[in-house]
Amino acid sequence: MGILEVKGVNKRFGGLQALGDVNLSVVENTVHAIIGPNGAGKSTLLNCLVGKLIPDTGSVMFDGQSVLGRKPHEINQMGISRVFQTPEIFGDLTVLENVLIPCFAKRDGSFRMHAFETVAAEKDMVDKAMHMLDDVSMADKKDMHAASLSRGDKRRLEMAMCLVQEPKLLLLDEPTAGMARADTNNTIALLKEINKKRAITMAIIEHDMHVVFSLADRITVLAQGTPLVEDVPEKIKGHPKVQEAYLGQSHG
Amino acid sequence: MFGLSAKDTRFLLIVMFLTLATPILLQPFPENSAMAQFNAGYPDLMQKFAIFGIFAIGFNILFGLTGYLSFGHAAFLGVGSYTVVWMYKLLSYNILPGLILSIIISGLFALLIGFISLRRSGIYFSILTLAFAQMSYNLAYSVLTPITNGETGLQVYSNDPQMLAGANAPTSPHLFGIVMRESSEFAVGGWVFTFNNGYYFCAIIAILAFYLSMRIFRSPFGMMLRAIKTNQTRLNYTGLNPRPYTLAAFVISGMYAGLAGGLLAAMDPLAGAERMQWTASGEVVLMTILGGAGTLMGPVLGAGFIKYFENIFSKINDNVLHSWFAFMPDGMEDFLVALVHPFVGKGWHLTLGILFMMVVIFLPGGLVEGMQRISRLFRRKKATKPGGPDHEHHPKPAPHVAE
Repeated sequence: MGILEVKGVNKRFGGLQALGDVNLSVVENTVHAIIGPNGAGKSTLLNCLVGKLIPDTGSVMFDGQSVLGRKPHEINQMGISRVFQTPEIFGDLTVLENVLIPCFAKRDGSFRMHAFETVAAEKDMVDKAMHMLDDVSMADKKDMHAASLSRGDKRRLEMAMCLVQEPKLLLLDEPTAGMARADTNNTIALLKEINKKRAITMAIIEHDMHVVFSLADRITVLAQGTPLVEDVPEKIKGHPKVQEAYLGQSHG
Repeated sequence: MFGLSAKDTRFLLIVMFLTLATPILLQPFPENSAMAQFNAGYPDLMQKFAIFGIFAIGFNILFGLTGYLSFGHAAFLGVGSYTVVWMYKLLSYNILPGLILSIIISGLFALLIGFISLRRSGIYFSILTLAFAQMSYNLAYSVLTPITNGETGLQVYSNDPQMLAGANAPTSPHLFGIVMRESSEFAVGGWVFTFNNGYYFCAIIAILAFYLSMRIFRSPFGMMLRAIKTNQTRLNYTGLNPRPYTLAAFVISGMYAGLAGGLLAAMDPLAGAERMQWTASGEVVLMTILGGAGTLMGPVLGAGFIKYFENIFSKINDNVLHSWFAFMPDGMEDFLVALVHPFVGKGWHLTLGILFMMVVIFLPGGLVEGMQRISRLFRRKKATKPGGPDHEHHPKPAPHVAE
């Protein structure tokens, strides 16, 4: 029984069957990759997990509870954090404030009217955020505007914002999209370290085979909205169906 | 001190000093001098500075922090005024019950309007608030005449119950016997300084209002509001619900507006529907943007600027212009008067409009940004003179909330 159980999920957009009978099980403390050619329904599936879309049929259970019908902020409070394809951060705020906000969200829930104590007076929150920034070696940039960071730093900041919440499941949507090879390798190293050190379960959507095969414990291949195979990376590499549907086309 | 950092405490003390010394600071020119008409240290205008300062500070908590542009805040101003005048009619001319009630009632009103309007964001939110305010205005003007006294405006009549008024109670707004319209004048040399009870009452409340907004700016709540302005998607996926935050900000700013409206009626015991009109809502938007939205001091500066123009520039008529340019040869004098004429007197809106455009184009951060640029210019000059460290190569990160 995985921490995330997707059963029989269907999603139609008008005449297009975006997801057809998707079953997926993500086991705790593993890295599970979801791959597939363009339009395979990877992003639709992800959006169904975080509450942005509601599947037509099927169930999505996380940690024994259904996520269906819940709003994104409620699902986050259940323990699912999400990293976006292009980093979503609070650009007008400082780096430290960016990390402080998830700290407060974790402690105080989705709303609290704490209008009278200053942020600086919340010592333990500031300490926690600074510790996290140290971990991603961004402590020296704490007073910078987040919008002025380099792309790689934005990605690391977003990762830090997710990790400081100590999520039970981290969803990553093409975390290395548009990155140079060196940056990609850095990100892989960062993710490996996170997975090992913090024992965080990850589900990752990725185009880049290099990333997928260096990180994933298990891989699900989606094609035209349906899971083709699910197996360990070694088996996926040589699988004829996968070659045909995906690898054969783009890496011929 | 006051639960603020050393820098903020210093800032607050400066603001307190400036506010309390306003009757002196705004009276720089001796009476009877040609420049005396630029003096702004008379009670009526100073009260407006403080009251509209409060209005703009409150508006800034919503617009400056969350970015939600309300075009209907004048509705709360009107509600505050009506509440205070009703308390005069029912209880007595003591302003305290009315002011407390005006904050509560405008808060409840804001809760209702905010709850509905905040279902949308961006331009749709603005239009919804505008619609609500115009509805309130028209209701106050026509259907609700029994409550608002329609066109005439609400005022106190001699046959009103005034249940709590004692036999010797003052017959104009007062706070436990301190009559708001009373002033004491001090003449020093050619200068005349007017210290008005009403102004000082408004000033003390304005300082409290400023202090409260400072606390909100520096609090985790204020940080969340700024986060809403920056990136709602990330906020959602960080486990935070933007709706109650924006609603709380809306209600707080509505309460500020109600308080400001109440104070208007506390200085002058009248309330009219025109106080709720959309032009009044637009004015507070102008004040906030002109001064610098999202900054602490900006809205107050903007409010002062606009009220100064409205009251001082509008008084400059052709006679005054002729007396200014009297030293010129005749033809030249008439030419200059004709040239300046459209910008002063009834044309003060034109000057304000040009100023507003220039600020928006060249100083997107408002007057506050202008002041920061000037002070940076001075600091740089001082620093580079003795061949000090090169500041260009060590750019300081900009503070996340400007003063």
